Amino acid sequence: MSYTAWIILTAALVGLSCGIIGVFLILRKTAMMADAISHTVLLGIVLAFIVTREVGGTPMLIGGILAGIVTAFLVQWLHSLDVQHDASIGIVFTTLFAIGVILIATSIGNAHLDVQHALMGEITFIPFHTITVPWIGEIPQATALLILVLLVVLFFIVTFYKEWKITSFDPALAASLGIPVLFMHYLFMGLVSVTTVASFDAVGAIMVVAMLITPAASSYLWTDKLVVMLVLSGAFGVLSAVIGYYVAAWIDTSISGSMAFATGIIFLISFLFSPKHGIIAKRLKPETGQTGTDPV
Amino acid sequence: MKEIVLEVKDLSASYRKTTVLHDVNFSVQRGSLTGIIGPNGAGKSTLIKTILELHPALTGTVKFFNEPYNKVKKRIGYVPQRGSVDWDFPTDALDVVTMGLYGQIGWLRRPTRKHKQKAYEALEKMGMGDYADRQISQLSGGQQQRVFLARALVQDADMYFMDEPLAGVDAATERAIMTILKELKAKGKTVLVVHHDLQTVEDYFDHVLLLNRTIINHGKTEDVFTMENIAETYGGNMRWMGEKREHAFHIVE
Amino acid sequence: MLSILSSSNTLWVLLSTMTLGVAAGTIGCIAYWKRQNLMSDALSHAALPGVVIAFLLWGEKNLLVLVIGAGITALIGALFIQWVTTSSRITEDSAMGMVLAVFYGFGIMLLAIANRLPGGNQSGLDNFIYGQAAAMVRSDVITMLILALVVLFIVFISFKEWKIFLFDKEFAQGLGISIQRMNTLYSVVLVMAIVIGIQAVGVILMAALLIIPAVSARYWTQSFHWMILLSALIGGLSGVLGTLVSTMKNGLPTGPFIVVVGAGFFVLSFLFGKEKGLFVNYVQYKFQQKQQLKLMEQEGGNV
Repeated sequence: MSYTAWIILTAALVGLSCGIIGVFLILRKTAMMADAISHTVLLGIVLAFIVTREVGGTPMLIGGILAGIVTAFLVQWLHSLDVQHDASIGIVFTTLFAIGVILIATSIGNAHLDVQHALMGEITFIPFHTITVPWIGEIPQATALLILVLLVVLFFIVTFYKEWKITSFDPALAASLGIPVLFMHYLFMGLVSVTTVASFDAVGAIMVVAMLITPAASSYLWTDKLVVMLVLSGAFGVLSAVIGYYVAAWIDTSISGSMAFATGIIFLISFLFSPKHGIIAKRLKPETGQTGTDPV
Repeated sequence: MKEIVLEVKDLSASYRKTTVLHDVNFSVQRGSLTGIIGPNGAGKSTLIKTILELHPALTGTVKFFNEPYNKVKKRIGYVPQRGSVDWDFPTDALDVVTMGLYGQIGWLRRPTRKHKQKAYEALEKMGMGDYADRQISQLSGGQQQRVFLARALVQDADMYFMDEPLAGVDAATERAIMTILKELKAKGKTVLVVHHDLQTVEDYFDHVLLLNRTIINHGKTEDVFTMENIAETYGGNMRWMGEKREHAFHIVE
Repeated sequence: MLSILSSSNTLWVLLSTMTLGVAAGTIGCIAYWKRQNLMSDALSHAALPGVVIAFLLWGEKNLLVLVIGAGITALIGALFIQWVTTSSRITEDSAMGMVLAVFYGFGIMLLAIANRLPGGNQSGLDNFIYGQAAAMVRSDVITMLILALVVLFIVFISFKEWKIFLFDKEFAQGLGISIQRMNTLYSVVLVMAIVIGIQAVGVILMAALLIIPAVSARYWTQSFHWMILLSALIGGLSGVLGTLVSTMKNGLPTGPFIVVVGAGFFVLSFLFGKEKGLFVNYVQYKFQQKQQLKLMEQEGGNV
């Protein structure tokens, strides 16, 4: 495969995983957790580096995932102790991120890790670090990782589909039916973290946030069916990756920045023109919301 | 005397510094339909939430069928206030009702056609059969409440707690819900309902629990729902009562 | 320590981070009661494209110009969030997340272009975006001080209007206060507080300066008046202490230290705050439980 194809494939994988996860993120009203986790993952990676002196690989993955789950846990804990939910997100992630930056500045120097790289990613280098996978041959390491993550994400979303649905829609009912709501929450945040960490090195934190929130929000404007929303959101993620790549190639600029921007364009189009919930459609046929004529 | 299925002892609860429930003791018989009545801020919702461990209790114990809550969770159905969920969630009426079956379906299994059929029957019972595939945000308030009731029905619990199911619904929905509640009672289920409309208490409930921070009175409607008791319950809140209270008096008289 | 203080530039930087902390702490209280804590995070990210565009148009790094550019895109971001949430089913947190990531992505695109252009002081731009208080020069500090004072002045002269606006919108409307105008004013002061802080702490951590002092202050008082004062104090102290620590060694970033000091204040308040600190809450709960039990025993005895 060509250089370009690998980059687009890798970004498309990020778009697909994030698009699917993002649907539940939005429906659970925890969109800003994406922002929080994508930043605190940095601390996990830094700590993993300090312990193992290794950039990348398994330690980095584990460090990042743990950091994500710790973030989710701290936010939940503060919130359960009466701190406003968004305030606890704001406090936890900025503090952990600040600690990460300080650690980079004091104990690591500039060795292989810097904040800007982390935020923007270096997708252009992806095709150069390859590994050999049995039966498939040589493929870029980041791509292989993202394929694995996509499989993990699909597995969990499909297996616990109805549990995700009920814990997102009505946690109180879920709890009374004996579904462990809090455990499901942490499992979900774990999935967000896994996806974030895997995407992090390739495309950077900001694109992960864009891919997690925007395609899902766009698809929310097109459909009232959860399954359709999941499919659409994944598709929007992939589409953003492709559009973003070519825009970046065209005006010669940051690929991941451009992909994040492309998600925004898709949202804007959905927001204006979606036949269901777009604002133009709403203008044309005002208030069709409550059409309930009562039965009996 | 009938079997006692719910026993609340010395229950109290608070929100920060204010005690909302104080020394609440009562027991409920199997097959009764109880209205929980009291002024705004009397702790009606808190009572239900504390009983179901959705709000921490300061003191006291609650036993269902002589067991703690955790052991009998699945035998208990809870219908929260309509405003407690996001009605913009991408799902339809039938799907929401099917959620009531998730406990029975269990992990790793999908709802089958049989489950869907059961959910559909519950919807039909609530007069909502034609709305099964309607997106839930497109339902009126009354219809949403019926969906919630249908969901409680399929749960097939032995005891139900309902938080203001009749608040802000149209007359037809109110009739439909009451028919179902009486049917549940006839089947030997126990139902507790937070209710706010004093005029209908006598028609709807066989038992009444008058609550204002603590239990003012509890028992058979004809014994307990008297002018004196109502006045005592709403005593400190005369002004809040306004004209409703006068109606209530007429009925009692 | 003395040697640090004797350096005149450090004094200027200290003054600016202190003022910034005070201004951010004050505005943070307003954001807290509007329940829009994370709005500052979204808007500080949304400021990035404005910074780069201003730089591209002006051709050099001038703080006032960058701040104006930052302010413009941040305001557009704020308007966009409002537009999306009021006219569609998208919730506010999703709208904020989108504005944050998409605007920032757009900024990164522009930044890559700016970095390609010949000439210009790109590293200065990076310092500005990621926060490097030590890189500030005297004229920067003066610009910042003036802007911060303007923000404080706006809050100060309309203090009682803010209070009514935050606690009882309908009542405020009854008094003839225009909610629309207050909302606009709120967005303007919020954006101002954010953009003047970017230089010192960076776009990513700016939100912390608005959130942490306000939430910490909440643990000590029930009065809005005191909360603002305390929040300003905590903000100012975090600014000063964080800056001092970061000047201990060359090349240390200022922003993260300010945030960590602020977080320290939060933890203290969270544990020991007299209003609803963890410790006080626990004692209160136990006390109430005991009272309740005693009361019941007495009543039980009477029956």
